[in-house]
Amino acid sequence: MSVLQALDIGLAALVLAVAVWTIFAREAFAAVVGYVAYGLLLSIVWVRLFAVDVALTEAAIGSGVTGVLLIGAAARLREAEKAAADEQPSEPQRFWASFLCVLVTLALAGVVLSLPDPAPTLAPEAAQKLAGTGLGNPITAVLIAFRSFDTMLEKVVLVLAVVGVWSLAPDRYWGGAPGAPRAARPESTLAFLAQLLPPFGILIGIHIFWVGADEPGGAFQGGAILAAMWMITMMARLTEAPPVSSIWLRLALIAGPAVFLATGVAGVAMASGFFAYPAGFAKPLILFIEVFMTLSIAVTLPMLVAGPPRRLPRR
Amino acid sequence: MHVTALAFAATAGGFLLVLAIVLPVAGILLSLVLGGRHAERIALVLMPAGVGVVIAIAVLLWRSGKPLLYGLGGLPPPLGIALRADGFSAVMLVTAAMVISAAGFFARANFRTPQGVTEARAPLAFWILLQAVWAALNIVFLGCDLFNLYVALELLTFAAVPLVCLDGRPETLAAALRYLLFALFGSVFYLLGAALLYGAYGTLDIVLLAARIHAEPAVWVAAGLMTAGLLAKTALFPLHLWLPPAHANAPAAGSAVLSALVVKASFFLIVRLWFNVLPTLPHETASAILAALGSAAILSGSVLALRQERLKLLIAYSTVAQIGYLFLMFPLAAGAHPWAADAWSGGLLQTLSHAFAKAAMFLAAGLIAESLGHDRIADLRGVGPAMPMTVFAFGLGGLSLMGLPPSSGFTAKWLLLKASVEAGQWPWAVVMLAGGLLAGGYIYRVLAPALSSEGVHLKAPPQRSREGVALVLALVAVLLGFAPPAFFEFLQIGRVAAIGGLP
Amino acid sequence: MSAATLAGLIGAALVGLGLYGLITNPQPLRKILAFNLIGSGVFLLFGIIARKGAAAGFVADPVPQAMVITGIVVAFSASALAIALVLRLFQETGRVTPRPDASAGPPANGADT
Repeated sequence: MSVLQALDIGLAALVLAVAVWTIFAREAFAAVVGYVAYGLLLSIVWVRLFAVDVALTEAAIGSGVTGVLLIGAAARLREAEKAAADEQPSEPQRFWASFLCVLVTLALAGVVLSLPDPAPTLAPEAAQKLAGTGLGNPITAVLIAFRSFDTMLEKVVLVLAVVGVWSLAPDRYWGGAPGAPRAARPESTLAFLAQLLPPFGILIGIHIFWVGADEPGGAFQGGAILAAMWMITMMARLTEAPPVSSIWLRLALIAGPAVFLATGVAGVAMASGFFAYPAGFAKPLILFIEVFMTLSIAVTLPMLVAGPPRRLPRR
Repeated sequence: MHVTALAFAATAGGFLLVLAIVLPVAGILLSLVLGGRHAERIALVLMPAGVGVVIAIAVLLWRSGKPLLYGLGGLPPPLGIALRADGFSAVMLVTAAMVISAAGFFARANFRTPQGVTEARAPLAFWILLQAVWAALNIVFLGCDLFNLYVALELLTFAAVPLVCLDGRPETLAAALRYLLFALFGSVFYLLGAALLYGAYGTLDIVLLAARIHAEPAVWVAAGLMTAGLLAKTALFPLHLWLPPAHANAPAAGSAVLSALVVKASFFLIVRLWFNVLPTLPHETASAILAALGSAAILSGSVLALRQERLKLLIAYSTVAQIGYLFLMFPLAAGAHPWAADAWSGGLLQTLSHAFAKAAMFLAAGLIAESLGHDRIADLRGVGPAMPMTVFAFGLGGLSLMGLPPSSGFTAKWLLLKASVEAGQWPWAVVMLAGGLLAGGYIYRVLAPALSSEGVHLKAPPQRSREGVALVLALVAVLLGFAPPAFFEFLQIGRVAAIGGLP
Repeated sequence: MSAATLAGLIGAALVGLGLYGLITNPQPLRKILAFNLIGSGVFLLFGIIARKGAAAGFVADPVPQAMVITGIVVAFSASALAIALVLRLFQETGRVTPRPDASAGPPANGADT
C-alpha cells in the first residue's frame, strides 16, 4: 500500500470519526465544533478528488460561514437543551432507525461500487464549448455560461432566504438592524483582529474572484471571503449591521441576480437566445456578471448569519 | 446505449416558457428593492400578465400538438438546460396563475401596508413570498433538468415556509419548522437520487435520461430515494404529519396556495419521474405501493377530518385525504393499456379539481373566521344565511371533493373508477367510493350547522369582492367537470404513452 | 481501491449517519447538523462521479462540481433559515421542540388573516 493510499484511508477514517462525533456528542456546542472540523477535513478530501473550486467553497461556506451560524445558534440555545433531554427516542425506535440507515448506506455503497467506470461524462462537451466562452476554468464556465439559469435561480434562492429570515422579526423591529444592540466598547482582541485582517481578506477575496475565470476560484469563493471579513468587523462591533430598510443593502442583495437576469434577457437581442452570450464578447460579460454576484454573496451571507432585525428602527 | 444524436429542436414560442419564469422572478427582485406599497402593486400588475403568458403557452401547445421546447443559453442538453411544456405542464401553469392571482386579490385586505407607514413586515414579506411561490411553481412545471428542478424545489420551500409563520404565533412557528425539516429531508434525498442518475448516465435532462435508462440497481435505488423525498414534500401518508398544522395556521390566502399548489408541485415531479424518466421500468410493484399509501391517506385523512373541531384543520386533513386520490393514478395510467389514457386524464383532472376546490374552501374558511372571530365548527350555526355567498362557495368546493355531479371532482373520480374497473384493479374503486362517502361526512359536518337558520353575530360582514373570488374558484372547479373531449386530448400531449415510447 | 471510490463509500456512510441523526435526535439544531452531514455526503457522491468522469484533459467532470458548489450555497441558506426559525421559536416559547400535547391551537382572538 503506497503512502498516498494510507493517507487516504487515514483521512477517510478521520472524517467518519468526526462525523460520528457530530451526531453522537452530548452537547450541541461540542457537536457544532466537531462539524466545523469535519468541514475542514472535507475540504482536504475535495482536494484529493481534484476539485479545488469545491474545496475552497466547502472551506469558506460549508465549514466557515455555516460554522459561525451554528456556533452562534448553539450558544443561544444552551437553555433549550435541558428541556429536550427527556425526549430522547426509545430503544425500539433507535433500533429501527439504525436498521433503516444501515440499509440506506449499504444500498448506496452498492450503487457506488456498481457505477460505470469510467463514468459517462460531460467533460468532452464542456471542453469543446469552453473555447467559445473565453474562460479557462471549466467550472466557472458551467456555472455562468452553460448552466447559467441554475446559478441565477440559486441567487434568487439566496434572496428568498434573506426575506424569509427577515420576515421572522417581530413587527415592532421591522426596519431596524439585525444583531443585538451594540456594546459600549468594541472587544479588544477581536477588534484587533478585525482591524488587521479585513484589508488582506478583501484583497484575497477580490483576487480569488478575479482569478476564478481561469484558475480555481470564482464569485462564490471570493464573495464568501469578503463576507467573512464583513462578519468579523460586525462581530467585533467595529461596524453595525445596516437596517433592513436600507436601500443600499437591498440593492446590494439583488444586484447579483438582477444583473444576471437582465443579461440573460438581453441575450435575446444580443445573442442567440435567453441566457446566451454574444460570440467573442462572452468573457467580459461573464466577468461583469460575476462582479455583481460577488457583491451580492458578500452581502447576503452575513445577513443570513446576522438574522432578523432585533433593534427598533431609527426614525 | 449512448445517444448523442437525439436531436434537440427548440420549438416556436419557446421564449414564452422563459417569460413565464422571468416575470415573477423580476417581480421578486423589484418588490424587495422598491419595498413598501410597491411590492403589492408589482405583484398585482404581474399576475394578470402572467395569466396571459401561460394562456398563450396553452394555446400554442394546443395548436402544435407536441411539447414546446426551449434550450437555455442556446445550448442544448445534456450540457445545457432545457424547458419543456406538455399538456400536464400547461394546465398546471394556468391553474397556478389563476389560483395565485385569486389568492393575491383576496389577500389585499389582509396585507395592506397601513397608512402612515412606509413599509410593514407582513405585507412586504407576503407579496414577495407569493411571487416566489409562483416563480418556483412555474419552474417546476416547465423544467426539464433534474438539478434545475432541485433548485426550484428549494425556492418553493423557502417561499412556502415563511408564509406559514407569517403571523409570528408560536404554533405557526413550530408548524413552519416541522414543515421546513420535512421539506429539507425531501430535497436532499431527491438530490441524492439525481446524483446516482447522473453517475449512471451522465445527464440529468429528463428526455435524454428516458432514452438511456434501463433497469439496473442504481436506477432503482435512485428512483426509491427521489420518490421518498418527493413523497415527504407531497405529504403522502405516512409522511403527512407536517401538513395539517402548517396549512391550517397559515393566513387564508397562504393556506389556499399551499394546499392547492405547493403540494402539487412535488406530486408533479413524481409523475414526471415515473412517467417521463422511468417509463421503461417495470412499474407494477412501485405503483401498487404508491396507490396503497394513497388509499391509506384517503381513509386516514378523511377519518381524521371527521374528528376535527376547527374548520381550517378539517380542510387541511381533507387535503391529506385528497392527495391520496392522486396516487391511485399510478397503477392505472402506466403502460399502453386502453384504460391508461382515462386514468391519466382522471388523475390530472383530480389535481386541477382539488386545486380550485381546496383554494375556494380555504378562502371561504378565512372569510368565515374573520367575520365570526373564530373557526370552531361547533359554533358555525347560522353562518349560511348570514354569509350566503361564502358558504355557497364552500359548498361547491365540497361538492367537488365529494365527487358528486356536476363537478370536476365527479368527472375525475369517474374516469379513475372506470379505469380501475376496466383494469380489474377494483380495490382502488372501493377505496374511492369509501373516500367519497367519508368526504360527504365531513362536508356535512360543516354545512349542516352552517345552513341552520339560527341567528349569528358577525363581527363584520365580508367584502363582496373577496367572497366573489372564493366563489369564482369554486365555480371553476365545477365547470371543469363539463370539459369537452378536446380538453382530455390536450392533457395527453407529451404523455409517454407506451413502455419504450419517447415523447 | 481508488481515492474516488473510497470517498464514495464515505459519502454513503455519511448519508446513513446523517439520516440516523435526523431521525433520532429530537433537537432541531442537531437535526440541522444532521442535514448538513447528509448534504455533504450527497456532494461527495457528486464529487466521485466527477472524478471518475475525468476526460478531455480535465481532471474531473466540471458539471457535477458546479452542482456541488450550487448545492453548498443552497444548503447554507437552508441552514440559515432553519436556525432563524429555531431561534425565534425559542425566543417566543422557551422551547425548541413542540410540547407533547401540542396541536394547532386556535387563532388568537379571531385575528385569522
